[in-house]
Formats: sequence, C-alpha cells, structure tokens
Amino acid sequence: MEALAACTVAVLVACGVYLLLRARTFSVVVGLSLLSYAVNLFLFFTGRLLASAPPLVGSGAGAEGAIADPLPQALVLTAIVIGFAMTAFVLILALRARGELGNDHVDGKGGR
Amino acid sequence: MPLLLLVLLPLVGSLLPALILRPAGRTAPALAAAVVTIAALLAAFPGLLAAFAGTPMAVYWPWLPQAGLDLALRMDGLAALFVLLILGIGLLVILYAQYYLAKEEALGRFYSLFLLFMGAMLGVVLSDHLLQLVVFWELTSLSSFLLIGFNHQSREARGGAAMALTITGGGGLALLAGCLLLGQIAGTYRISALLHMGDLIRAHALYVPTLLLILLGACTKSAQFPFHFWLPRAMAAPTPVSAYLHSATLVKAGVFLLARLFPVLSGTDLWFFAVGGAGLLTLLYGAYHALFQHDLKGLLAYSTISHLGLIVLLFGIDTPLAAVAGVFHLINHATFKASLFMAAGIIDHETGTRDMRLINGLWGYMPRTAALAMAAAAAMAGVPLLNGFLSKEMFFAETLHLSALGPARWLAPLAATLAGVFAVAYSARFIHDVFFNGQPRDLPKFPPHEPPRFMQLPVVILVGQCLLVGIFPGLTVAPFLALAAGDMLGAPLPDYSLAIWHGFNAPLAMSLVALVGGLGLYSARRWLFALHHQHWPAMDALALFQSSVERMVSAAGRLTHVLENGSLQRATALLLLAAVAAVCWPLATTTAALTGPLRLSPIDGLTLVGALLMMGAAVLAALWHRRRFTVLIALSVVGLMVVLAFVRFSAPDLALTQLAVEVVTILLLILALFFLPQHGRPESRPLRRGRDLLLALGMGGGAGMLTWSILTRPFAAISDFYLANSLPGGGGANVVNVILVDFRGFDTLGEITVLAVAALGIFALLDNLCLEAGTVEGLPRRYADERHTLVLSLLTRLLLPLALLVSIHLFLRGHNAPGGGFIAGLVTAVALILQSMASGIAWTRQQWRMRYQPLIAWGVLIASATGAGSWLFGHPFLTSAFGHFSLPLVGELELATAMLFDFGVYLAVVGVVMLILATLGNLNLRCAEARKGGG
Repeated sequence: MEALAACTVAVLVACGVYLLLRARTFSVVVGLSLLSYAVNLFLFFTGRLLASAPPLVGSGAGAEGAIADPLPQALVLTAIVIGFAMTAFVLILALRARGELGNDHVDGKGGR
Repeated sequence: MPLLLLVLLPLVGSLLPALILRPAGRTAPALAAAVVTIAALLAAFPGLLAAFAGTPMAVYWPWLPQAGLDLALRMDGLAALFVLLILGIGLLVILYAQYYLAKEEALGRFYSLFLLFMGAMLGVVLSDHLLQLVVFWELTSLSSFLLIGFNHQSREARGGAAMALTITGGGGLALLAGCLLLGQIAGTYRISALLHMGDLIRAHALYVPTLLLILLGACTKSAQFPFHFWLPRAMAAPTPVSAYLHSATLVKAGVFLLARLFPVLSGTDLWFFAVGGAGLLTLLYGAYHALFQHDLKGLLAYSTISHLGLIVLLFGIDTPLAAVAGVFHLINHATFKASLFMAAGIIDHETGTRDMRLINGLWGYMPRTAALAMAAAAAMAGVPLLNGFLSKEMFFAETLHLSALGPARWLAPLAATLAGVFAVAYSARFIHDVFFNGQPRDLPKFPPHEPPRFMQLPVVILVGQCLLVGIFPGLTVAPFLALAAGDMLGAPLPDYSLAIWHGFNAPLAMSLVALVGGLGLYSARRWLFALHHQHWPAMDALALFQSSVERMVSAAGRLTHVLENGSLQRATALLLLAAVAAVCWPLATTTAALTGPLRLSPIDGLTLVGALLMMGAAVLAALWHRRRFTVLIALSVVGLMVVLAFVRFSAPDLALTQLAVEVVTILLLILALFFLPQHGRPESRPLRRGRDLLLALGMGGGAGMLTWSILTRPFAAISDFYLANSLPGGGGANVVNVILVDFRGFDTLGEITVLAVAALGIFALLDNLCLEAGTVEGLPRRYADERHTLVLSLLTRLLLPLALLVSIHLFLRGHNAPGGGFIAGLVTAVALILQSMASGIAWTRQQWRMRYQPLIAWGVLIASATGAGSWLFGHPFLTSAFGHFSLPLVGELELATAMLFDFGVYLAVVGVVMLILATLGNLNLRCAEARKGGG
C-alpha cells in the first residue's frame, strides 16, 4: 500500500508540475490544483495509512489503540480550504490579466 | 529626567512647526522651533551643572534587560560641550533662517526637519548605549537627507541628498557592525562602562576589524578622504542647513564618535596610522581644493573638509595634548564656520549668486557684513587674536613631536605648514575676491544691501565669540575645554596654556610661514588656477562613486532580466530546478537506505483501482491540457478519488471538506472558463516540452521517494497529546475538530483571516472588470439556449431547506463527530450556489438579498471576540471552556466556547465562498448594467 501511496503522490506532482510550466493561465491553475491535491495527500499520508480508525475518541473505535493521526488531518483540512482560496485567487488574477492585457499568456509572449 | 526631556523636546517638538498652519504667519514656525530649542537649553542646564561638578547626570530605562538593551542617556563633559554647540548654534541658525527663507517656502516643514535633526544629534551625543547611538546616528543621516533635499524640486538638491544618505548611511551600517563587535568584545554596550576596558579591547583579536568598521562610520560621516565628496554636493541645501550641518553638527558627529571612543580604541599603531593618515590626507586635499572653488559655499565646503581632517589628525596623533587641541579646534571651527556660512548666505541672498568670479567689491555695498565675514575668515586662516590662531598653534606644536614617524618625522610639520599656507590662501581669496578686487560683475541682484539687522545678529554673536576666545581664551573657553577634554580622555589633563603669546618658537614660525606663504600663493593665483585646471586629474572619488553606482544599477538590471524576463515559465522552471537540485544533492551523497524497516501493508483491489483512476486522470489532464473542458472533467475525477482516499484511510472530516470544496472549485473553474479561451494552441516546442517533462519527473520522483521513505520508517507523533486531552481538555470527541477550534485555534483564526483577505482581494480584482465571453481562439462559442432547466430549479428550491438542515447538523455535531464549522460552511455555500446555478443569478439575488463582506467580517470578528473573551476570565487568548447542560425536551447538551469560535469559522467560510463565486457569476450582469448606466 505504501508503494501505491508514493506512486500516487509522485504522479500527481509530476502532472501538476508539467501543467505549471505551460504557457497559458488555465493550465497553470489546473497544475496548481493538482499540486495541492498531491501536497494534501502527502501531508495526510505522513499520518500513516490506517483503515477504519477515524480520530474520534471515546466512541470505542480507538479502543485498541490504533487510531489515525489527527494532526495531519487538521493541517490538511485547513489546507484544503486555503487551497481553494488560493486557486480562486490565481484564477481571478488570470481573468483580470486577460481583461487588462487581452490575452491569457504567462510566457511573456502574449503581446506578439 | 531632564536628560530624557532634553532629547525628547526637539524630537516631539518637531511636530509643532509642521502642525502650524500657513495662515498663522511666517514667524510662527520659527517661533515654535525657537521656543522648543530654548526649552531644551533650559532642560540641559541641570545636566551641565552636574557635568561641571564631576558627577555626570545619567538616566537608564530598562527595555529588554535580558538582551542588554535599555534607554541610556548620560551627559558628561564631552556630551555637554556638544549639547551646547548643537543647541546654541541651532538657536542662532533658527533666527537666521527666519530671514533667509522666502515666505513661500515650506517653513513648517523646514523647522520640523530642523528640530528632528537637532533631536537626533542630541541623541547621538547623549547616548550611553552603543546601539542606541547607532540608531540616533542613522536618524541624523535620514533627517539630514531630508534637510539637504529640502528644495526637492531641484535635481541637484535631490542628488546631493541621496549621495549624502548613501555615504553616511552606508557608513552607519559599518558603524553598526563595529559597535556590535565592540559590544561582543567588552560584554556590554554601555559606553560609560566600556571606557574603562581599553586594554582588554585593544588586546582582543577582533580589535582590528572593530576599529576599521567604526572608523569607516566616523570617516564617512565626517567627510574624510576618500569619502569626502558628498559634502560639497550637500551644499545644494539651503544655506542655514549648511551652516548648521557642516559647522557644529552632522559632520562633527564622526569627530564626536572618535572623541567618545578615544580611551577605548586609541593607543595603537593602527589608530595612529589609520586615523592620523586619513586626517592628514583630508587636511591637505580639502585645503588644496578649497582654493580652486568658484562657488562661495564650495570654498567653505572644502575648507570644512580640511578642518575636519585637521581635527581627525589631531585625534590620530594620539597624545593627550593633541586630543585637547582637537577638541579646542572643534569648538573654534564650529563658531567661525557657522558664521562664514551665514555670511555666504547673506551674500547669496543679497546678490543672487555665489560665484566669486562675479561677486567683487562688496565692501562698498555691505561694509558691516564684510567686516564680520573678514573677521571670521581671518579666524579660519589662523590669524592672531582670533580663536583659529590658538588651536592652529597647538596643532603646529603637536606635529613637531611625532616620534612615531621615525626618520620621516619632518613630514608632519611640513604637511601642517603646507595646509596652513593653503588655508591662508583660500581665506584670503574669500576676503579679497568677494569684498575687494574691483567692482561686481553682472550680479543677478544689484545693488546689494546690508541684510536686516536680525539676520546679521547671529553672525555678530558668533564672530564676537571668535574674538573673545581669541583674545581672552582663559576667561571664556578654558573651563569648557578642560571639562570636555578631560571627560574625553578619561584621565587627568596634561599641562597646557591657552595664551596667545608663547614667545618666539617653532609653531609661531610655522604660523608666520603659513601667513606669508598663503598671501604669496593667493597673489600667484592666476598662474596657479591655470596649472590646476590643466593638470589635476579629472578622475576623482565623486566620478568613481557615480560610475560605480551606475554600473551596479545596470548590472542589477541585467541580472533581473536574465532571471525574470516577463515569462512565468522561466521563473517557475528556475525555482523548480533549484528545488530539484536541493533535493538531489543530499540524495546523491547520503548513504542511508531509501526504504525503511517498517513492514508494508497489503494492497487491496479496490484501493488499487482508485489509485489507478486517480493517476490516470491526472496524466490525462496533463496530456489534454489544451482541451480545457475535458481537463476539468479529469481534474474532478482526481478530486473525487482524493475524497475516496480520505475515506479509505480514516479521515471522514477531510473527505467531507474535500467533497464540498471539490464542488465549488469545479464550479469556479467552469465559470472562469466562460471568460477564457476554451482551447489552447500548442505553445511549446518539443525541446521545451522535454525540459518540462524532465523537471516534472524530477519533482514527482522526489516527492514519491520522500513519501516512500517516510511511510516505511517508524515515527513518533506528537498527536498522542491531542488524543489524550481532546475529551478531558477540549470537551470534544472529534480530535480533528478540537485541534482546529481549540488546541490550534490561533492557527485557525489566522487561516480564516487569510481566507477573508483572499476573498476581498478577489472582490477587488473583479471590480470594474469587463470581459468578453470565451471564444475558441477567435470563434464565438455557442451555449445551450435553455438557460435554466425547470426540473433542476424546482428540485434545488425544494432541496435548499434540507441542505441547510444538513449543514446545521454537521455544524452542531462537529465537536464530537465528523463535521464542524469549515464543513458546514462549505455545505451551506454549495446549497446556495446551487440555487444560483439552477435559477439564475438574478432570481437568486432577488430572493437572497445578502452582502457577503459583512458576513466575512462578522465571522472573523466572532472568532476573534471568542478568543479575546477568555481575557475577561483571566485566561490567555482563546482558552476554551465547556460544560454540559440539560434542557427540557432536547436532553443533555454540551456547549463549548469553541463552538462559538467554530461559528465564526462557519460564517467566514460561507461568506468567502459566496463572495468569490457570486462576484464572478455576477461579472456579466454587472458589466451589462455598467454599460447600460454608462450608455
């Protein structure tokens, strides 16, 4: 399972980075989204891969001691929401740039 | 306490002239400045008495005692002398400026800056803490920058001010480094304590860098060669500023520093050669160049450089007697140079020019000013019966006993006499060229008159001092000199006499040679000027400075252009390359195994399928990135698989959050796509794609390896604390939620603030933005004609209350089961957005009149107020409390203050999401309205 997790993170990062390096705003935004998925997953995975052990105490679920690490989850939860705000901001920035510059290039060649 | 008052009065009082309105008349700002200065003089009085009594007044106000930082002011003899000079000459300059400055100039600003500078100078001389001294030192640099650039419409003034700031500010940085080293060596930053540690400091290994850094600070400030060139450029300042800055204050700060640290740093060969060498060079350089200036103030500027060199040289000679002579000349220079600047200002004011080739024969027009200026210039030349003579005589005497120079000991008296010759020559030029030498030529203002009496008064007072000190030194300056020099040396004073007549001796002979030689040199001026203009090398420090500044600016521009050529791709690629390199380097050199010892868990089929789907969709998104709508579908597949991954690995809160965020993200992207081209053209060449692929693989491989090696190693988390304390400490069973709203509540508060800022930023970005709907690279795109389907709109209207109910449920249970403010807020937002989508923005706006900015504000406010509320009960910020209550019908209910905090989070999240999507969704509508309104 660990290998699968590592593979997933690797593929998401690679695709995100590739898209990040494209010349148009939309691809950059999609690339950023993929990267934030990857980062969120990575952070979450550092809390280990435990099935059916949500971090709820006192309910008996964690009685055997095996319980998912709540800290990465808390970090990722806010990261998801912040990630949304970031994606939105970059996207709107792209729109504004299109409005101001008349194109959606980020390679500095839009004027030609 | 009077000391604190002394420093604070000008600093705080500097607000006063600026606050006085123009209609109050032109006298009001000057009056305010004068009152502040007189008050400061009164405040200085007790300190002065204490300094004379030998018990210097001091005030220490601890600030960060652990770091050895406190407010420390101390007024010993040396400081007292400077305080008198700063305030006394300051007062005279205020009076003078009142007549010098024109009515329409910004008088309030002038006097404000003047007082600010005065306060900074007082801070420098009174500081008993090295770092505090540096702070005031930089404050003098800044305020003098503003004063020199007072006529900011003039390019020359701006350039001169910027250069003064660059040089003195740069020197200030060196001084800071030197003071830090000094403090480290001594173990204390308190100057009065440092002064007794001279032997320890001189023996320390870091003495050399410390001394050189501090000297760099002092020499830049006091315009020592080769940093002298800012001073003539600073003559672009109004003349009262020059009279103040270049006689008694700014340039004397460097000299003051040398005097202050004299007991600590002097007494070594390095001090002798570095300080004495700089002083000697400056003395000669300034004296030589002063003769060749045609600008009246230029002559005075170079003469100031030369005299500063003289003082520095005297300190460098490093004997107690030379130090006394240095302090004496410092006082004398302040008086005669201030009066000379003022006289030059009067001449400039009355004739409209400062060019000595035009100004001639003013004796016939303004005899009183001429007499005063001639007396002051004679003092500058070192003519007997004037103060300059006495200190120059002492200087000549000192140069005769320089045993350290060995066989070259004749060099010092020779150089001193030569400088004396030039000083007499330029003083003679000041007198003869301006007041005699025929009739004035083409003066912009003609004929010149005597200035108002009160404009002359400061000059009269200063020249009177020159005479009094020159004739009765023992009755006037002696006690002050003894006090200041004694406290500078920190040792008993050597025997010396301030008499005018010491009999026929070598110094007198040198004086005579200087007088005769100087007059001879001046009479041969025509020939000399021609020689100078032909043969003096054009390359000087000023040109070097300017060209190096230009080179640095253009090099920085080129470097910036290489790194940032307007292409985000280049910048991102460089950044990623650096990241890959930073990871590869340790990976290549490490010997640790990639795989840790932990046993792997088995893969099950369902997870495998999910992972493959996720990876496949991501790859497709990358491959099809030009088909933008398809990419969105692939992206949403990835997102949903991430949700399932959260479910699979026991993170219900995350799964809920991601699900809701997924919906709004995709909606947002679709909305944005409406305004962007739907398809992209291939933009990159294969080579570029290859490079990007390599980078992507490098980054992906690195991230994968990192994940793998973390997951296969055992680890110790800090989460046990949260798990153990969640229920007893935070009152919630859902540890994730308790962490968010309680343990790490402060982080969450920061996060919702960031969210709010992002949303407001988006709102601002979309303001006044009108975009055409998206095209397929030029072709209009057709959208479905049916705007809102009936079934969907009906269903969503029915679903809304249900969805809101669900979100309330999620919110309320959040503390104990998956849910909470973030998730509930997202669910609410999704439900509301669904309305807009199904029934149209216009309809929704009618039903739901709500502004989202207040919602966000309330959210952040409630969260913050909940945190602050714990202060009322004497607990730290964001301490939570909870209790169980039983209500009729409802049953037992747990209420926690964290819940109120979570409610703030809820409101903020709803507001943010709605503000972003609604503003974007409204874009077309608003544009249409704006066009209608505008048309």
